[in-house]
Amino acid sequence: MKTLAELQAIKEKMKDKVILREGVNQLRIVVGMATCGIAAGARPVLNAIVEAVNENGLQDKVTVSQTGCIGLCQYEPIVEVFEAGKDKVTYVKMDAEKAKRVVEEHIKNGKVVVDYTISLDKQ
Amino acid sequence: MIRSHVLICGGTGCTSSGSVAIQEAFKNNIEAFDLSEEVKVVQTGCFGLCALGPVVIIYPDGTFYSRVTPDDVKEIVEEHLLKGRKVERLIYNDTGADQTVADKTAVALSDTTFYRSQNRVVLRNCGVINPESIDEYIAMDGYAALGKVLTEMTPEDVIKVITDSGLRGRGGGGFPTGVKWSLCAPNKADQKYVVCNADEGDPGAFMDRSVLEGDPHCIVEAMAIAGYAIGATEGYVYVRAEYPIAVKRLQKAIDDAREYGLLGKDIFGSGFDFDLHVRLGAGAFVCGEETALMTSIEGNRGEPRPRPPYPALKGLFGKPTVENNVETFANVPQIILRGAEWFASMGTEKSKGTKVFALGGNINNTGLVEIPMGTTLRHIIEDIGGGIPNGKKFKAAQTGGPSGGCIPASLIDTEVDYDNLIAIGCMMGSGGLIVMDEDNCMVDMAKFFLEFTVDESCGKCTPCRVGTKRLLEILDKITKGKGTLEDIDKLEELCYYIKQNSLCGLGQTAPNPVLATLNFFRDEYIAHVVDKKCPAGVCKHLLTFKIDKDKCIGCGVCARNCPADAISKTDYIAEGHKLPSYEINPEKCVKCGVCMDNCKFKAISKI
Repeated sequence: MKTLAELQAIKEKMKDKVILREGVNQLRIVVGMATCGIAAGARPVLNAIVEAVNENGLQDKVTVSQTGCIGLCQYEPIVEVFEAGKDKVTYVKMDAEKAKRVVEEHIKNGKVVVDYTISLDKQ
Repeated sequence: MIRSHVLICGGTGCTSSGSVAIQEAFKNNIEAFDLSEEVKVVQTGCFGLCALGPVVIIYPDGTFYSRVTPDDVKEIVEEHLLKGRKVERLIYNDTGADQTVADKTAVALSDTTFYRSQNRVVLRNCGVINPESIDEYIAMDGYAALGKVLTEMTPEDVIKVITDSGLRGRGGGGFPTGVKWSLCAPNKADQKYVVCNADEGDPGAFMDRSVLEGDPHCIVEAMAIAGYAIGATEGYVYVRAEYPIAVKRLQKAIDDAREYGLLGKDIFGSGFDFDLHVRLGAGAFVCGEETALMTSIEGNRGEPRPRPPYPALKGLFGKPTVENNVETFANVPQIILRGAEWFASMGTEKSKGTKVFALGGNINNTGLVEIPMGTTLRHIIEDIGGGIPNGKKFKAAQTGGPSGGCIPASLIDTEVDYDNLIAIGCMMGSGGLIVMDEDNCMVDMAKFFLEFTVDESCGKCTPCRVGTKRLLEILDKITKGKGTLEDIDKLEELCYYIKQNSLCGLGQTAPNPVLATLNFFRDEYIAHVVDKKCPAGVCKHLLTFKIDKDKCIGCGVCARNCPADAISKTDYIAEGHKLPSYEINPEKCVKCGVCMDNCKFKAISKI
């Protein structure tokens, strides 16, 4: 190793890989992954979210994790976004494409994607 | 894309309770559930809570699973990693002081009572990174301190920062590290050396092992920094051969650092060369003494040599040498990066920073803890250590192993630092902390450590070789009930003689366990000598086992289990019982206690 820049480059490259261990962030995206969720296609949704978070460089702002059955099995795959001090946002009937849009618009730019949320009208 | 990390402890504690099989099971199950692209398994160093091993932590949630078996793994993979449901029955269920948390999954690892009061500087990467990955170490600011030192600082700057931080040797003596370096730096020689003392020999101590196993690169980095500060281009790590995992990871760290050019020629283009070698110790306790250690590295029999000349002038191979302990080195990179003031802000007036303790003995949370200097013993034992098992009373804590003393229950509010411990006739030592309850005999404890030093004395000087042997003989006499009051006086006198006249630290400190127990528990010695009784019920020769004939129902279990045939039936039938009671023949009894352990009716007692 001849320069500090080389060291910094390794650090940058690795940072994403260990950042998961720094604890839970203020912003959490939770995917319902019970049997109902998985059957409805939650796994591609989860993977798409993880990928989109990484592509947008949001790893240090948001934690992606799973949860069990929320109780609205007919609306699965369900994705919930928790943010400290704000109301929970629940997205329903998700797929990989929708998940990407949520990450880009909601997580990155702070604009809730109303099209995919659950609302009284739909019920 | 990886979304979850499974961290499995690969320290010696968890490895011996089966973490290798668990790692294997995780890999197989993750493949079976087709999660290889989403979940990464990482082997780490010690998390510290060895009593609950094998330990598995799953991120990003930081879920802490304890006492995991290979059979549990499938459930964890299927439920937690695939479906996102935590396996409640395996979660470490200490909710800490916050009893309002009804949902135990809500407790993060860092919020448990065990971890909350800790301040991890030396152990910051232990249980967080994969010790065999140089890249993960770099991600955690690894080698940044070396880079800073070589590109921005002069050797004098480095020594000044270390001196200002107030860092003192963590091996036990507590000599200021910056002063040690500054004594060596000006000495001119064609070759100088940096030596790391990883010959951790105190019974019950495993701080250094855990650092080497969990974060070996920080030692490599710190030694290179020390080399730059004193003008040395070569270093040796002297580590016990009994630490195979530590040796393997250290060697890998050195090899990887060489490959990255972080060891070798012209590091960071600064013109500074440094390389490291590992030397294995053959297990002699005396080799933890600095001059004996250097003699051993040179290929000779590990025996100490008189000082002066001090190693700063004539050390390894007769060249100026700085020797520091593993834990001391582990503090160095952080001090360089975060500054002397940051380090000096922790701890007490004369003892700065943190200290790692290996908690052992009669305590609930056996394991490794790192706390700021000046934490009270009460806090360490009652809060972090989780108290004494089975509702027993705390009697004393033994610190510093065979060179140390003990802190009695009356001094439990002592703030633990170098000077406070010396003031009460104790010693910080390397960090072994053995907790004893009311069932421990202090004379027996002193005898245990004397047996150790008698075995380990190298035999070079007479006070140590012969003196410790005589001490042990007197202690043996006392524990057998044959001692006299004069023996206690003789014991004390001999202790001081050995302390003053021995050549090296081993002999000079060997009488400490005796002196400390004589100081705080003299009444126990007197009970052994005058009343011929062992108050704690440990010393076999002073015990009598007795069957309470009115409680004995005559089942005969004791007699069947007695290895010495010392128990026989009597003619007496207690009121309300159908069978005659039993009695013990004291002539034949070998005092093994098997009868007492087997009696379901608590009819047998030892007095």
